[in-house]
Amino acid sequence: MNKQESPLLFLIVGRNEPLYSSEFISNQKPTSDSITRQHYFVMHSALDLVDKFAFTYPQMYLKTVDKVNHQMVSVFLTASHVKFMVLHSGKGDDVLKQFFMEVYELYVKLSMNPFYQFDTHITSKDFDDRVRVLGMRYLL
Amino acid sequence: MSRSTKETSILDRNILKQRSDQVSLSAFSYIYSELVQYHQSRVSNISELEEKLASAGYGVGFKVLELLAYRSRENKRETRIMSILQFISSIAWKALFGKAADSLERSIDHADEYMIFDYNPVTSIYVSAHQSAADAYISGVIAGILEGAGFTATVSAHAVQLEEGESRRSSIGLPVKKDKAVFLVKFSPQILERDTTLER
Repeated sequence: MNKQESPLLFLIVGRNEPLYSSEFISNQKPTSDSITRQHYFVMHSALDLVDKFAFTYPQMYLKTVDKVNHQMVSVFLTASHVKFMVLHSGKGDDVLKQFFMEVYELYVKLSMNPFYQFDTHITSKDFDDRVRVLGMRYLL
Repeated sequence: MSRSTKETSILDRNILKQRSDQVSLSAFSYIYSELVQYHQSRVSNISELEEKLASAGYGVGFKVLELLAYRSRENKRETRIMSILQFISSIAWKALFGKAADSLERSIDHADEYMIFDYNPVTSIYVSAHQSAADAYISGVIAGILEGAGFTATVSAHAVQLEEGESRRSSIGLPVKKDKAVFLVKFSPQILERDTTLER
């Protein structure tokens, strides 16, 4: 029996709602491995814990903030409180940190665009492509 | 022979500090004076003008915060009032105006008010009347940085008389300024509460 690879979900969350999301699935079978509503629910419930750590832990990389069954939520919180969240099952801290640092660099460059308003949906196709490449490289 | 068209997207650009980041004072002054004149023709009183200029600076504040935090390579967020104000008066001021703010003080009368002083803010170098209205843009930038970092505050620009013994800064060819600009930062009560609980 093959060990089931749980899917990976990456969200960028602003003040009120997600600004970007992308899913990383290792094996391409569209069966029970697909991202379900429950995955989004787990991410949503982890938000409270992020807010708790936001002012007590001055580092940007918050490591794993929540653990539900076998799934863990790791969070990177930027200077303007934009949350990068990854739902995974057992990825190493340093791998996640590298992924977050690369996405952070892309996010800062994106926000330098004067036409990108802070806290709005990220619609740039280029950004999406690059995040997917990073996800394939680091998370799968 | 084929001409190589290399499209560089903004996601490829280097955002670490570069020489080309500096902009000439005249370029900034021309654009800024256009911005002020544009709004002046569309408002009915001076406080509306201040509001418009402040909202123009607000968006800049969020982006400046992200960029400078990234550049510092420390991967830390400011969580205390004093540290975010020091970030604004030294790091942000240096990046935006080329030098640190002249001083940062806490008000004696009100526990929730702080003041950032600047003898000659770049937005009002060439302004002869209503200097604090022109500086509303900078108040907007400060308010944006604070809001982005999670500290809700109202920021307003004022002009106060220079005291005895303080050097009067002036640009070449312009009359000596009699006032210095002060940016008054007033934090909302929840922020002060949160800061005092963090102190314990």
